Amino acid sequence: MPAERAAWYHSRVSDSAYVASGASAVPAAVPTAIATKTVTSRHSALVRVTHWITTLCFFALLVTGAEIVISHPRFYWGETGNDLTPTLFKLPIPASRRLVPTGYKYVLPDANGWSRYLHFQASWVVVLTGLLYAISILFSGHLRENLLPGKADLSWPAVSTVISGHLRFKRPSEAEAWSYNVLQRLSYLFVIFVLFPLVIWTGLAMSPAFVSAVPAAVNVLGGQQSARTLHFFVSLALLLFLLVHVVMVWRAGFRSRMRAMITGTIITGRAGTNPAGSNTERT
Amino acid sequence: MNKISRRKLITTGLAAAGGVAGLGVAAHIAQKYGLIPPDHGGIYGLGETLTYASQRLLTRHSLAREFSKSQISKRPFPNEVEPPTDEFKRLQAGGFADWRLSVSGMVARPASFSLDQLKSYPAHTQVTMLQCEEGWSYISEWIGVPLSHVLDVVGIFPQARYVVYFSIEPDTWESIDMADALHPQTFLTYGMNGAELPVGHGGPLRLRLPRQVGYKNVKFLTHLTVTDNLKGFGKGLGGASPEGGYAWYAGI
Repeated sequence: MPAERAAWYHSRVSDSAYVASGASAVPAAVPTAIATKTVTSRHSALVRVTHWITTLCFFALLVTGAEIVISHPRFYWGETGNDLTPTLFKLPIPASRRLVPTGYKYVLPDANGWSRYLHFQASWVVVLTGLLYAISILFSGHLRENLLPGKADLSWPAVSTVISGHLRFKRPSEAEAWSYNVLQRLSYLFVIFVLFPLVIWTGLAMSPAFVSAVPAAVNVLGGQQSARTLHFFVSLALLLFLLVHVVMVWRAGFRSRMRAMITGTIITGRAGTNPAGSNTERT
Repeated sequence: MNKISRRKLITTGLAAAGGVAGLGVAAHIAQKYGLIPPDHGGIYGLGETLTYASQRLLTRHSLAREFSKSQISKRPFPNEVEPPTDEFKRLQAGGFADWRLSVSGMVARPASFSLDQLKSYPAHTQVTMLQCEEGWSYISEWIGVPLSHVLDVVGIFPQARYVVYFSIEPDTWESIDMADALHPQTFLTYGMNGAELPVGHGGPLRLRLPRQVGYKNVKFLTHLTVTDNLKGFGKGLGGASPEGGYAWYAGI
């Protein structure tokens, strides 16, 4: 482990004063480590900062969204629906409001006030962050180089190789520490350019004031209750993405991937001084 | 301290000062154009202010969606109301003949209107959706007089910025800005689906505000006050809802 730290300091920091202070805590194994490990920059500062702001907002939106849903865990299709009308489906959970016919004899505590405040505040922050991200990746080359799949990668043999690798729970290859495979690219593109715009749209379509200015936003979805139901399902799709994302990060090497998304660098190769470390440092 | 860090310090300082000045100017402009909601303080103030300001820029004059009569909900959900007060029961026993809506504050001619007086003004109807913040909704035909008509009758002062409105139910009051108060679909509603407004839906008189969710559509309306400042009302947040933790602006 000390060897690894040394490699990190050496290749990343050119300031001699910094290395001196880092080196003072590091034993003599430094040269070996440099020979066997390389440190590469992986994620730009913009990607890292927007990633973590989005993460924070996503959790806020998820928790408050659930809080809001439990005040009326019934879903409808079309323009209207209420306690007196038939549902499209009901969530089999108790509600936070007394009059909702849930079949449960108790009522959950109501937290809609702050949940709504926080839901909309987190929406603003994540939408502005997302805009900054979307505009900047167009110009930085991140979209073209790292997210859009190459033509060759989209061929069926290439895609099926990646899929079968996933199905056989194969650990990711070394190359995947540097770059996304075709399934990752397609998933990220789908989340960024389909699910995020959809969840924003269906959210805005529920706003009585917004749709007074842009009625088409709700009309093409089939009505205000349809928008609410779609918002719920798109949110579930985003939650599913989050779960798969976290599982894949875990399998790819939780520490190295987290380090890449926090410090921006990734370490590849194996420390000659500490081969056992590669179990947790799978890259 | 070497030169680079001093330069950094100066540029950072200038950037910070510029940022603060920019925010100050933005706040001043926002205040001038009425883009700051009364509940702009606190940890959710940023989101609330962004929502209100952008809605005001986007929706000052837009009309809530209207529906065809065939889309009127067969079973409108009235939601829960508090048990009626003795005062309400007394007025109800008299067929609401003694119900009054008093209007005060920054108006030239403070007045008190009976339901018959309100009904003597040209009746307007709208077929609009009532949405509850919980998530449910229904469409009804609402019959009433636009609030702007009554404000014309009493003559509001030019500096008026808000209309504060009160229910006969204790501690039930809200407020709206002039964009909503003068909006053609903001009604003093006394009828629903071709009949009197049922008590469950806020009869005999309810403020109907189709561009904001249900809790701003106060039932059993008895009093309006026109003001240029909400600080003198309750905690200064502009209504019972923001005092209870709900957003003042509920157009979302």
